[in-house]
Amino acid sequence: MDLFFTMLVPCLMLAVAVTALIRRVDVWGGITDGARAGLKVSLNIMPPLVGLLTAVYMLRASGALELLGEALSPALTAIGIPPETVSLLLVRPVSGSAALGVGAELIRTYGPDSLIGRTAAVMLGSTETTFYTVAVYFGAAKIARTRYAIPAALCADAAGFLAAAWAVRLIFGGT
Amino acid sequence: MAMSVIWTVMVGAAVLCGLATGNGPAVAKGALDGAAAGVELCLSMMGVMCLWTGVMEVMRRCGIADALSRLLRPVLGRLYPGYAGRQRVMDAVSANLSANLLGLGNAATPLGLEAARLMAEDSGPGGTASDGLCMLVVCNTASLQLIPTTVAGIRAAAGSANPFDILPAVWLASVISVAVGVTAAKLFARIWR
Repeated sequence: MDLFFTMLVPCLMLAVAVTALIRRVDVWGGITDGARAGLKVSLNIMPPLVGLLTAVYMLRASGALELLGEALSPALTAIGIPPETVSLLLVRPVSGSAALGVGAELIRTYGPDSLIGRTAAVMLGSTETTFYTVAVYFGAAKIARTRYAIPAALCADAAGFLAAAWAVRLIFGGT
Repeated sequence: MAMSVIWTVMVGAAVLCGLATGNGPAVAKGALDGAAAGVELCLSMMGVMCLWTGVMEVMRRCGIADALSRLLRPVLGRLYPGYAGRQRVMDAVSANLSANLLGLGNAATPLGLEAARLMAEDSGPGGTASDGLCMLVVCNTASLQLIPTTVAGIRAAAGSANPFDILPAVWLASVISVAVGVTAAKLFARIWR
Protein backbone atom coordinates (compact mmCIF):
# COMPACT_ATOMS: atom_id res chain seq x y z
CA MET A 1 0.00 0.00 0.00
CA ASP A 2 2.84 2.34 0.92
CA LEU A 3 4.71 1.49 -2.28
CA PHE A 4 1.52 2.05 -4.29
CA PHE A 5 1.21 5.66 -3.19
CA THR A 6 4.96 6.24 -3.52
CA MET A 7 4.93 4.98 -7.10
CA LEU A 8 1.60 6.58 -8.02
CA VAL A 9 3.14 9.91 -8.96
CA PRO A 10 6.03 8.65 -11.14
CA CYS A 11 3.69 6.12 -12.80
CA LEU A 12 1.17 8.89 -13.50
CA MET A 13 3.93 10.91 -15.17
CA LEU A 14 4.88 7.92 -17.32
CA ALA A 15 1.24 7.20 -18.25
CA VAL A 16 0.65 10.81 -19.28
CA ALA A 17 3.83 10.90 -21.37
CA VAL A 18 3.03 7.60 -23.14
CA THR A 19 -0.59 8.65 -23.83
CA ALA A 20 0.64 11.95 -25.24
CA LEU A 21 3.25 10.25 -27.46
CA ILE A 22 0.67 7.81 -28.85
CA ARG A 23 -1.61 10.75 -29.66
CA ARG A 24 1.34 12.54 -31.31
CA VAL A 25 1.30 15.40 -28.81
CA ASP A 26 4.56 17.29 -28.18
CA VAL A 27 5.41 15.95 -24.69
CA TRP A 28 8.60 17.95 -24.25
CA GLY A 29 6.96 21.19 -25.41
CA GLY A 30 4.13 20.67 -22.94
CA ILE A 31 6.48 19.95 -20.06
CA THR A 32 8.58 23.06 -20.72
CA ASP A 33 5.66 25.40 -21.50
CA GLY A 34 3.82 24.19 -18.41
CA ALA A 35 6.91 24.60 -16.26
CA ARG A 36 7.27 28.15 -17.58
CA ALA A 37 3.67 28.84 -16.47
CA GLY A 38 4.47 27.24 -13.08
CA LEU A 39 7.48 29.53 -12.74
CA LYS A 40 5.18 32.52 -13.23
CA VAL A 41 2.81 31.17 -10.55
CA SER A 42 5.73 30.70 -8.14
CA LEU A 43 6.95 34.25 -8.77
CA ASN A 44 3.41 35.57 -8.29
CA ILE A 45 3.07 33.95 -4.87
CA MET A 46 6.48 35.16 -3.69
CA PRO A 47 5.45 38.75 -2.78
CA PRO A 48 2.42 37.66 -0.69
CA LEU A 49 4.53 34.91 0.93
CA VAL A 50 7.18 37.43 1.96
CA GLY A 51 4.55 39.76 3.43
CA LEU A 52 2.71 37.00 5.24
CA LEU A 53 5.64 35.06 6.59
CA THR A 54 6.94 38.34 8.02
CA ALA A 55 3.66 38.84 9.90
CA VAL A 56 3.44 35.15 10.91
CA TYR A 57 7.03 35.08 12.22
CA MET A 58 6.34 38.25 14.21
CA LEU A 59 3.16 36.73 15.66
CA ARG A 60 4.92 33.51 16.58
CA ALA A 61 7.81 35.38 18.23
CA SER A 62 5.39 37.55 20.21
CA GLY A 63 3.67 34.56 21.81
CA ALA A 64 0.25 35.71 20.58
CA LEU A 65 -0.42 32.49 18.65
CA GLU A 66 0.34 30.37 21.70
CA LEU A 67 -2.10 32.47 23.74
CA LEU A 68 -4.83 32.07 21.11
CA GLY A 69 -4.05 28.37 20.78
CA GLU A 70 -4.26 27.92 24.53
CA ALA A 71 -7.59 29.75 24.68
CA LEU A 72 -9.11 27.57 21.97
CA SER A 73 -7.22 24.36 22.67
CA PRO A 74 -9.81 22.64 24.93
CA ALA A 75 -12.51 23.05 22.29
CA LEU A 76 -10.24 22.00 19.41
CA THR A 77 -8.75 19.04 21.27
CA ALA A 78 -12.25 17.87 22.15
CA ILE A 79 -13.16 17.53 18.47
CA GLY A 80 -9.79 16.06 17.51
CA ILE A 81 -8.06 19.02 15.84
CA PRO A 82 -4.46 19.76 16.97
CA PRO A 83 -4.64 23.22 18.66
CA GLU A 84 -1.36 24.26 16.99
CA THR A 85 -3.27 24.56 13.69
CA VAL A 86 -5.61 27.25 15.03
CA SER A 87 -4.03 30.07 12.98
CA LEU A 88 -4.43 27.99 9.81
CA LEU A 89 -8.14 27.42 10.54
CA LEU A 90 -8.66 31.17 10.92
CA VAL A 91 -6.96 32.37 7.72
CA ARG A 92 -7.80 29.47 5.38
CA PRO A 93 -11.25 30.70 4.20
CA VAL A 94 -10.04 34.30 3.82
CA SER A 95 -6.75 34.19 1.98
CA GLY A 96 -5.08 31.41 0.01
CA SER A 97 -1.60 32.91 0.14
CA ALA A 98 -1.91 33.63 3.87
CA ALA A 99 -2.97 30.03 4.50
CA LEU A 100 -0.05 28.82 2.40
CA GLY A 101 2.33 30.92 4.51
CA VAL A 102 0.83 29.81 7.84
CA GLY A 103 0.66 26.17 6.74
CA ALA A 104 4.22 26.17 5.41
CA GLU A 105 5.42 27.63 8.69
CA LEU A 106 3.62 24.88 10.67
CA ILE A 107 5.10 22.21 8.39
CA ARG A 108 8.62 23.63 8.80
CA THR A 109 8.34 24.11 12.56
CA TYR A 110 6.89 20.73 13.49
CA GLY A 111 8.39 18.77 10.57
CA PRO A 112 6.64 17.62 7.38
CA ASP A 113 6.25 14.05 8.64
CA SER A 114 4.89 14.95 12.09
CA LEU A 115 1.22 14.69 13.03
CA ILE A 116 0.81 18.48 13.05
CA GLY A 117 2.79 18.94 9.83
CA ARG A 118 0.72 16.32 8.04
CA THR A 119 -2.56 17.67 9.41
CA ALA A 120 -1.65 21.18 8.21
CA ALA A 121 -0.75 19.82 4.77
CA VAL A 122 -3.99 17.85 4.44
CA MET A 123 -6.03 20.86 5.62
CA LEU A 124 -4.35 22.98 2.93
CA GLY A 125 -4.90 20.30 0.30
CA SER A 126 -8.54 19.59 1.05
CA THR A 127 -10.02 23.10 1.45
CA GLU A 128 -10.18 26.25 -0.65
CA THR A 129 -10.19 30.01 -0.16
CA THR A 130 -13.95 30.16 0.34
CA PHE A 131 -14.58 33.91 0.59
CA TYR A 132 -12.35 34.72 -2.36
CA THR A 133 -14.12 32.15 -4.56
CA VAL A 134 -17.58 33.34 -3.49
CA ALA A 135 -16.63 36.96 -4.25
CA VAL A 136 -15.20 36.13 -7.67
CA TYR A 137 -18.08 33.90 -8.79
CA PHE A 138 -20.96 36.09 -7.65
CA GLY A 139 -19.10 39.17 -8.85
CA ALA A 140 -18.71 37.69 -12.34
CA ALA A 141 -22.35 36.56 -12.39
CA LYS A 142 -23.55 39.96 -11.06
CA ILE A 143 -25.63 38.26 -8.37
CA ALA A 144 -26.53 40.28 -5.26
CA ARG A 145 -28.51 37.74 -3.23
CA THR A 146 -26.25 34.75 -2.64
CA ARG A 147 -28.78 32.85 -0.51
CA TYR A 148 -27.25 29.81 1.20
CA ALA A 149 -23.99 29.66 -0.81
CA ILE A 150 -21.72 31.01 1.97
CA PRO A 151 -23.16 28.94 4.87
CA ALA A 152 -23.06 25.78 2.76
CA ALA A 153 -19.46 26.51 1.70
CA LEU A 154 -18.44 27.11 5.33
CA CYS A 155 -20.03 23.77 6.31
CA ALA A 156 -17.77 22.17 3.69
CA ASP A 157 -14.72 23.97 5.15
CA ALA A 158 -15.49 22.92 8.72
CA ALA A 159 -16.02 19.33 7.57
CA GLY A 160 -12.74 19.53 5.63
CA PHE A 161 -10.75 20.64 8.70
CA LEU A 162 -12.25 17.95 10.91
CA ALA A 163 -11.86 15.28 8.27
CA ALA A 164 -8.23 16.32 7.68
CA ALA A 165 -7.39 15.87 11.37
CA TRP A 166 -9.23 12.54 11.55
CA ALA A 167 -7.86 11.21 8.26
CA VAL A 168 -4.24 11.89 9.25
CA ARG A 169 -4.79 10.13 12.57
CA LEU A 170 -6.54 7.23 10.90
CA ILE A 171 -3.91 6.69 8.20
CA PHE A 172 -0.67 7.59 9.98
CA GLY A 173 -1.66 6.83 13.59
CA GLY A 174 -0.17 8.97 16.35
CA THR A 175 -1.77 10.90 19.15
CA MET B 1 -9.04 45.22 1.36
CA ALA B 2 -9.74 42.31 3.68
CA MET B 3 -6.09 41.30 3.50
CA SER B 4 -4.92 44.82 4.37
CA VAL B 5 -6.95 44.70 7.58
CA ILE B 6 -5.84 41.16 8.42
CA TRP B 7 -2.16 41.97 7.84
CA THR B 8 -2.37 45.10 9.96
CA VAL B 9 -4.13 43.19 12.75
CA MET B 10 -1.47 40.45 12.63
CA VAL B 11 1.41 42.93 12.86
CA GLY B 12 -0.41 44.99 15.49
CA ALA B 13 -1.14 41.94 17.64
CA ALA B 14 2.47 40.81 17.33
CA VAL B 15 3.88 44.20 18.40
CA LEU B 16 1.45 44.69 21.29
CA CYS B 17 1.71 41.11 22.53
CA GLY B 18 5.48 41.20 22.13
CA LEU B 19 5.75 44.32 24.25
CA ALA B 20 3.36 42.94 26.87
CA THR B 21 5.16 39.61 27.23
CA GLY B 22 8.67 41.03 26.94
CA ASN B 23 9.22 39.33 23.58
CA GLY B 24 9.79 42.66 21.78
CA PRO B 25 13.31 41.92 20.48
CA ALA B 26 12.19 38.50 19.24
CA VAL B 27 9.34 40.16 17.31
CA ALA B 28 11.82 42.53 15.65
CA LYS B 29 14.06 39.62 14.67
CA GLY B 30 10.99 37.65 13.52
CA ALA B 31 10.14 40.32 10.96
CA LEU B 32 13.55 39.98 9.29
CA ASP B 33 13.59 36.17 9.48
CA GLY B 34 10.06 35.94 8.10
CA ALA B 35 10.83 38.04 5.04
CA ALA B 36 13.86 35.88 4.25
CA ALA B 37 11.84 32.70 4.86
CA GLY B 38 9.23 33.84 2.30
CA VAL B 39 11.83 33.98 -0.46
CA GLU B 40 13.49 30.72 0.63
CA LEU B 41 10.20 28.85 0.75
CA CYS B 42 9.19 30.08 -2.68
CA LEU B 43 12.51 29.11 -4.27
CA SER B 44 12.56 25.68 -2.65
CA MET B 45 9.06 24.73 -3.84
CA MET B 46 9.55 26.05 -7.38
CA GLY B 47 10.92 22.78 -8.75
CA VAL B 48 8.00 20.56 -7.75
CA MET B 49 5.45 23.15 -8.88
CA CYS B 50 7.05 23.62 -12.31
CA LEU B 51 7.29 19.86 -12.84
CA TRP B 52 3.57 19.43 -12.15
CA THR B 53 2.33 22.38 -14.16
CA GLY B 54 4.37 20.80 -16.97
CA VAL B 55 2.75 17.36 -16.57
CA MET B 56 -0.72 18.97 -16.30
CA GLU B 57 -0.09 20.93 -19.50
CA VAL B 58 0.70 17.67 -21.34
CA MET B 59 -2.52 16.16 -19.91
CA ARG B 60 -4.50 19.09 -21.24
CA ARG B 61 -2.86 18.98 -24.70
CA CYS B 62 -3.40 15.27 -25.26
CA GLY B 63 -7.10 15.43 -24.40
CA ILE B 64 -7.07 13.73 -20.97
CA ALA B 65 -8.89 16.76 -19.53
CA ASP B 66 -11.59 16.52 -22.24
CA ALA B 67 -12.03 12.78 -21.68
CA LEU B 68 -12.42 13.34 -17.94
CA SER B 69 -14.99 16.03 -18.64
CA ARG B 70 -17.10 13.59 -20.73
CA LEU B 71 -16.80 10.98 -17.99
CA LEU B 72 -18.15 13.40 -15.38
CA ARG B 73 -21.22 14.43 -17.38
CA PRO B 74 -23.68 11.83 -15.94
CA VAL B 75 -22.76 12.64 -12.30
CA LEU B 76 -23.16 16.35 -12.89
CA GLY B 77 -26.67 15.91 -14.30
CA ARG B 78 -27.72 14.87 -10.80
CA LEU B 79 -26.00 17.78 -9.08
CA TYR B 80 -27.51 20.37 -11.41
CA PRO B 81 -30.98 19.06 -12.25
CA GLY B 82 -32.16 22.52 -13.34
CA TYR B 83 -29.57 22.73 -16.12
CA ALA B 84 -29.55 19.15 -17.41
CA GLY B 85 -31.01 20.21 -20.77
CA ARG B 86 -28.75 23.21 -21.30
CA GLN B 87 -25.75 21.98 -23.24
CA ARG B 88 -23.56 25.09 -22.91
CA VAL B 89 -24.00 25.30 -19.14
CA MET B 90 -23.23 21.61 -18.63
CA ASP B 91 -20.20 21.84 -20.97
CA ALA B 92 -18.75 24.66 -18.90
CA VAL B 93 -19.60 22.97 -15.57
CA SER B 94 -17.99 19.64 -16.49
CA ALA B 95 -14.92 21.30 -18.00
CA ASN B 96 -14.62 23.37 -14.79
CA LEU B 97 -14.79 20.24 -12.62
CA SER B 98 -12.26 18.29 -14.67
CA ALA B 99 -9.84 21.24 -14.61
CA ASN B 100 -10.30 21.41 -10.82
CA LEU B 101 -9.60 17.68 -10.46
CA LEU B 102 -6.40 18.00 -12.48
CA GLY B 103 -5.33 21.03 -10.47
CA LEU B 104 -5.44 23.38 -13.49
CA GLY B 105 -6.53 26.35 -11.38
CA ASN B 106 -5.84 28.86 -14.15
CA ALA B 107 -8.08 26.93 -16.54
CA ALA B 108 -10.76 26.05 -13.97
CA THR B 109 -11.64 29.59 -12.90
CA PRO B 110 -12.54 31.04 -16.34
CA LEU B 111 -14.59 27.91 -17.14
CA GLY B 112 -16.43 28.14 -13.82
CA LEU B 113 -17.08 31.83 -14.30
CA GLU B 114 -18.46 31.14 -17.79
CA ALA B 115 -20.86 28.60 -16.25
CA ALA B 116 -21.82 31.09 -13.51
CA ARG B 117 -22.49 33.82 -16.09
CA LEU B 118 -24.70 31.51 -18.16
CA MET B 119 -26.64 30.38 -15.07
CA ALA B 120 -27.14 33.98 -13.95
CA GLU B 121 -28.66 35.03 -17.28
CA ASP B 122 -31.97 33.68 -15.96
CA SER B 123 -31.96 35.85 -12.84
CA GLY B 124 -30.86 39.12 -14.44
CA PRO B 125 -28.37 41.66 -13.03
CA GLY B 126 -28.44 42.16 -9.25
CA GLY B 127 -30.65 39.09 -9.07
CA THR B 128 -30.94 36.11 -6.79
CA ALA B 129 -28.67 33.09 -7.08
CA SER B 130 -30.33 29.96 -8.47
CA ASP B 131 -29.84 26.57 -6.80
CA GLY B 132 -27.49 25.59 -9.62
CA LEU B 133 -25.31 28.66 -9.14
CA CYS B 134 -25.11 28.09 -5.37
CA MET B 135 -24.07 24.47 -6.02
CA LEU B 136 -21.42 25.61 -8.51
CA VAL B 137 -19.97 28.06 -5.98
CA VAL B 138 -20.01 25.48 -3.16
CA CYS B 139 -18.25 22.94 -5.40
CA ASN B 140 -15.61 25.51 -6.32
CA THR B 141 -15.01 26.52 -2.69
CA ALA B 142 -14.24 22.88 -1.90
CA SER B 143 -10.89 21.60 -3.05
CA LEU B 144 -11.23 18.81 -5.59
CA GLN B 145 -7.61 18.65 -6.69
CA LEU B 146 -6.42 15.04 -7.14
CA ILE B 147 -2.72 15.90 -6.74
CA PRO B 148 -2.15 18.81 -4.33
CA THR B 149 1.09 19.95 -5.93
CA THR B 150 1.67 23.16 -3.96
CA VAL B 151 1.35 21.40 -0.61
CA ALA B 152 3.59 18.58 -1.84
CA GLY B 153 6.10 21.27 -2.83
CA ILE B 154 6.05 22.75 0.66
CA ARG B 155 6.52 19.31 2.22
CA ALA B 156 9.38 18.50 -0.16
CA ALA B 157 11.02 21.83 0.69
CA ALA B 158 10.75 20.98 4.41
CA GLY B 159 12.56 17.68 3.83
CA SER B 160 9.68 15.21 3.90
CA ALA B 161 10.64 11.57 3.36
CA ASN B 162 7.76 11.19 0.92
CA PRO B 163 5.95 14.46 0.05
CA PHE B 164 3.04 12.63 -1.61
CA ASP B 165 2.29 10.20 1.23
CA ILE B 166 -0.59 12.48 2.31
CA LEU B 167 -2.54 11.73 -0.91
CA PRO B 168 -5.01 9.21 0.61
CA ALA B 169 -5.65 11.51 3.59
CA VAL B 170 -6.19 14.49 1.27
CA TRP B 171 -8.62 12.50 -0.89
CA LEU B 172 -10.56 11.24 2.13
CA ALA B 173 -10.80 14.73 3.65
CA SER B 174 -11.74 16.28 0.28
CA VAL B 175 -14.48 13.74 -0.35
CA ILE B 176 -15.96 14.30 3.12
CA SER B 177 -15.74 18.08 2.73
CA VAL B 178 -17.39 18.05 -0.71
CA ALA B 179 -20.07 15.59 0.42
CA VAL B 180 -20.95 17.80 3.41
CA GLY B 181 -20.98 20.91 1.19
CA VAL B 182 -23.24 19.32 -1.43
CA THR B 183 -25.57 17.87 1.20
CA ALA B 184 -25.77 21.23 2.98
CA ALA B 185 -26.51 22.99 -0.32
CA LYS B 186 -29.24 20.48 -1.23
CA LEU B 187 -30.80 20.77 2.25
CA PHE B 188 -30.61 24.57 2.38
CA ALA B 189 -32.10 24.77 -1.13
CA ARG B 190 -35.39 23.43 0.27
CA ILE B 191 -35.71 25.85 3.14
CA TRP B 192 -33.81 28.96 1.96
CA ARG B 193 -35.83 30.59 -0.81
